[in-house]
Amino acid sequence: MPSERMLMRGAHVVGEAAVRAGCRCYFGYPITPQNELPEYLSSRLAEVGGTFIQAESEVASINMVIGASAAGARVMTSSSSPGISLKQEGISYLCGQELPAVIVNMMRGGPGLGNIAPSQADYFQATRGGGHGDYRLPVLAPSGCQELAELTFLAFELADTYRNPVMLVGDGLMGQMMEPVVFPDPIDPKDLPPKDWILDGCKGRPPRAIYSLFLEPPVLYQHNLHLQGKYDRIAAKEVRFEHYQTEGAEVVVVAYGTASRIAKGAVNRLRREGLPVGLFRPITLWPFPKEALRQMAQNGIKIAVFELSLGQLVEDVILTVGARSEIYFHGIPGGPIPTPAEVEDYIRSVMSGDGRVGRRVEV
Amino acid sequence: MSQAAMKRIYSMPESLKDTSNHYCPGCGHSVVHRILAEVLDEMGLRERTIGVAPVGCAVLAYNYFNFDMVEAPHGRALAVATGIKRVQPDKLVLTYQGDGDLAAIGTAETIHAANRGEKISTVFINNAIYGMTGGQMAPTTIEGLWSTTTPGGRDLDRDGYPIDISRMLAVCPRTVYIERCAITSPKNIRRAKRAIRKSFEIQMKGLGFSLVEILSPCPTNWKMSPKEAWMWIEKVLERTYPLGVIKDLTESGDGG
Ligand SMILES: Cc1ncc(C[n+]2csc(CCOP(=O)(O)OP(=O)(O)O)c2C)c(N)n1
Ligand code: SF4
Repeated sequence: MPSERMLMRGAHVVGEAAVRAGCRCYFGYPITPQNELPEYLSSRLAEVGGTFIQAESEVASINMVIGASAAGARVMTSSSSPGISLKQEGISYLCGQELPAVIVNMMRGGPGLGNIAPSQADYFQATRGGGHGDYRLPVLAPSGCQELAELTFLAFELADTYRNPVMLVGDGLMGQMMEPVVFPDPIDPKDLPPKDWILDGCKGRPPRAIYSLFLEPPVLYQHNLHLQGKYDRIAAKEVRFEHYQTEGAEVVVVAYGTASRIAKGAVNRLRREGLPVGLFRPITLWPFPKEALRQMAQNGIKIAVFELSLGQLVEDVILTVGARSEIYFHGIPGGPIPTPAEVEDYIRSVMSGDGRVGRRVEV
Repeated sequence: MSQAAMKRIYSMPESLKDTSNHYCPGCGHSVVHRILAEVLDEMGLRERTIGVAPVGCAVLAYNYFNFDMVEAPHGRALAVATGIKRVQPDKLVLTYQGDGDLAAIGTAETIHAANRGEKISTVFINNAIYGMTGGQMAPTTIEGLWSTTTPGGRDLDRDGYPIDISRMLAVCPRTVYIERCAITSPKNIRRAKRAIRKSFEIQMKGLGFSLVEILSPCPTNWKMSPKEAWMWIEKVLERTYPLGVIKDLTESGDGG
């Protein structure tokens, strides 16, 4: 049975959802603004007989994830931007070795040490593969506590289904906010379908090896084509997005996560005035909801990209929409959280074409 | 001699796959693979073992060992092994690592796994050089030893001192057993085998972390014949890395 409604902080929602999704292993290293998540799991996993290790670094954490995943567990790690940078080699190995895992990035301002304010500046890193090699991983971008719970569940499902790591991205604002949540049915790890590829001792079967080294060029070539086939299947089947008031809209804001929450407020205010504006919200940043966005763009509407970074999401929008619609861009770096009124101003400016806020993107 | 009196004196351990390996002639890796496999056979643990291969010359160890294995990124074997052991606590989890892997890029993972007292066995191949990448300086390269990146030999002022990671690990309260061995003679090989066995026994008893360091020849990058390489270990390398038990809590009785 789904849980009762509970009022919870975003970071705790992710932890609770992970445990209910059958995750029994967490490895991480402290970094603000996501510490509430490992803190929650340090006691919660103990209650269910799971494993919690505060590792010596993000590098160690992601490699513990590799081990626990190879041994068959549903496993998670979390961090924030600089720590996610350190995990990239391990994420690349997870992809190469086809190991499922969930990685949470509560993004903060960068580059370098940056600050701990909400940011979306790791969009490229997340969607373009921040590590080495030709790989992809699903990137889920929740925009509130209920979705944090549901997408955490989904992340574990996708990871196991495709034997691939999955990343969930949020920020400090999302980790701190309190909202009511109903959790999906809890899963007992014992009831999960058995995995026929894990390492658990070769009793009664030939030994297994999990690796990503393929010295023979034709073999690595085939391995990459095999991975690509999987990524194509994910891209075809796992796209998720939300249309909000886009019906009849002349200006559609494209935004995700925290930026989309702010944009939703602005859209609501403008709609109350009777203005034809809407919001298109990618929920999977990869696979990017190309088809849905392209269909909308065919109606000749104006697309207004809004992101808490300086031109990352907009690149996917340009790649998708091309010259079909006019594309506008407004980005905020470094952490100041814009109000709905500011986004409202941006939308009005796009609508009138006065160029006051944001800029037209030449394609 | 009658057929019945014939004794089988050589056979392939079941824990090794019946295949040829890529190691150079005279390389220590082949010898250590063999004794490790023999120990697993003798202890009946093959089907309960999960091994972690390093990045280094032994990266393909999973092609030779006949038990479950995963390849870790360079240096991270003990973090990977930690993840495995916490999920499969009743298995024998072992890492097989070179000196660059264990004592340079993976130093943090090594020290912290040992210090957490992970119930893991580590076989540490110290050949004082980077084999796989073609003979560059290792953290364990001794003073004066030539490598492709220490053209005049290791210079202590420029390159720092060779690291004795086994002694460093002995300081951690939860390392149970650490011994340094060599494989330069049948006697030494038997000793190394006993040490590996002891390490596995410690793990299966749940006592904590243990490590067996093995001084191992890399004739190729030392630019020596196999025989010269063995002699060089005994005459030179052992002066920096003396053989023997470095720590053994099982004897003092506080192994728990
Ligand atoms: C992150 C990373 N850095 C560097 C390398 C290149 N590399 C592969 S093996 C190795 C050193 C191997 O030396 P050692 O661990 O002593 O093992 P040996 O080959 O001597 O057995 C290096 C530097 C790598 N694979 N990954
Ligand atoms: S290079 Fe050295 S360590 Fe590597 S296989 Fe050859 S002899 Fe062995």
